[in-house]
Amino acid sequence: MITGHGPVQRALRLWLPVGFFMIVALFPFYWMAVTSLKPNAELYNRHMMPLLVLHPTLKHYVDLLTQTSFLLWTWNTMLVAVVSTGISLVLGVMLAYPLARMRFAGAGLIAMTVAAIYLVPQPLLFIPLADVINRLGLGNTLTSVILTYPTMLVPFCAWLLLGYFKTVPMELEEAARIDGASRLQTMRRIFLPLCTPGFISAGIFAFTLSQNEFLYALIFLTKSSVRTVPVGVIAELIRGDVFYWGQLMAGALLGSIPVAIIYSFFVEHYVAGLTSGSVKG
Amino acid sequence: MTLRSELLVAGVRRERRAASLSGWLDRQSVFSWLMMAPPLLFLAALVGYPFCYGILLSLQDRPVAHPGTFVGLRNFAANFNDPIFWQVTANTFLYTAAATVLKMVGGLALAVAMNQQFPLKNLVRALLLLPFIVPTVLSTVAWMWILDPAFSVLNWFLLALGVPKPGPSWLGNPVLAMGSIIVINTWRGLPFYGITLLAGLQTVPPELYEAATIDGASGWQRFRFVTLPLLQPIILIVTLFSVIFTFADFQLVYVLTHGGPQNATQLFATYAFDIAMGAGQLGRGASVALAMFPALVLLIAALTIYMRRT
Repeated sequence: MITGHGPVQRALRLWLPVGFFMIVALFPFYWMAVTSLKPNAELYNRHMMPLLVLHPTLKHYVDLLTQTSFLLWTWNTMLVAVVSTGISLVLGVMLAYPLARMRFAGAGLIAMTVAAIYLVPQPLLFIPLADVINRLGLGNTLTSVILTYPTMLVPFCAWLLLGYFKTVPMELEEAARIDGASRLQTMRRIFLPLCTPGFISAGIFAFTLSQNEFLYALIFLTKSSVRTVPVGVIAELIRGDVFYWGQLMAGALLGSIPVAIIYSFFVEHYVAGLTSGSVKG
Repeated sequence: MTLRSELLVAGVRRERRAASLSGWLDRQSVFSWLMMAPPLLFLAALVGYPFCYGILLSLQDRPVAHPGTFVGLRNFAANFNDPIFWQVTANTFLYTAAATVLKMVGGLALAVAMNQQFPLKNLVRALLLLPFIVPTVLSTVAWMWILDPAFSVLNWFLLALGVPKPGPSWLGNPVLAMGSIIVINTWRGLPFYGITLLAGLQTVPPELYEAATIDGASGWQRFRFVTLPLLQPIILIVTLFSVIFTFADFQLVYVLTHGGPQNATQLFATYAFDIAMGAGQLGRGASVALAMFPALVLLIAALTIYMRRT
């Protein structure tokens, strides 16, 4: 777009819309933070200006960490996210590499199938999956979610990596082949080390998707000791009709921080993955 | 690989290795299928099998923890005669359509606004994406508190502006509740549209705008006749993506309203959940979940074919 000339025009074209989007996008996070720091006397006082905290307190955080299993849920969430991301990256590479580099009958069909599975939303599968998990005796184990999260993450990683792999030049692999390396050696020693940026993109996405997952965790994990943060917060910080808003907001904020930190380190990879993974395929 | 180098490699290899096991493993098709076998088996076991099993379940009367009995299409007939089912269908389509239009228009506006040079642009872009990356359940809890019946911060502002007490009941009134879930879904999904479309905008060559300006095109005309046509493929893909996942949304509604009040915000996914997990009717629940299938198949097929083509 052609930029405006005067400062007024610039304010209207740039700062007004950008400022509006920023306020709308960030207000809920500000509200989480403010609420989590308010003592109950301020929290439930309808006559006070709600946007500010007069007497900030960490009481809600202390209560959250000492009276609930929040730390355990955080540990569970991390463990599940890391392990299922790892599994998904390995299985994703095993799908994407042949599809990107080899010519064989059926490659097109497999690529279509992977893309289609990637687009199947969980609500279509959760009822039969719940029964399968029960029959396997995996209810209330972290294994149940570690096993089921990759059903959405593997096609996703494969699709994103496939797009990335195609951008890597083939000369090094050809040279290695001429030197007598087997296909497996070529892939592992020559090709994969070149693809670190692709793995970071796919890994961050898979990690944030696992942290975000709710439906499977809600159904498979009904004991407090195995819950993940989203399920724990919903199931245990809301007790009947009583809402402990201070604790809830503290939990929502703390639960968001791991994702936000990892994201902030790799924003560029994330945006690159967002635009290449979904758009260019 | 190029054909020539492939031939060269094949020739060298034939000399070095006889028709041995390693030679067989080096064939492209053998290598590929062996490599893909574990992930494909995994997906067949945990996506393919549950999907087929779901169809079977939908044809059964299957209370939880009891063996099922085959009932044919009776579950689907029950859905057909269930007024709530039709309300759920209408809700889901309304929710998807409204949220998609809002995200598309808002996302375009965001992308156009962001497609200017200004200080700290990368930081602003990173912050704008936060609603999309933070776990949905956690941000939805914050919205629940923003819309709380007694202590809504939104109503505090409205009352300060002179709206009569006690202010709108955002989650208690059927129409407002539907509006609320649409707005929150938009809040979460808009950055995805905006940032993806921004990436598309940045690939538009500036010469095109210059040429259009020289030809006397106004700002709106440049947007309408240069920007939009070039963005069309990206808009289409992003929209199909978001329609699929909005149509099958679960988390937001489950957390915010549980489908209430009086099923006003009940969607296919939450209704299937209530029937299967709440009432323990797995067969009937599976049939409600499968009601999403025809629309999803069309969308997924369209998107898959389109992505293959580009």
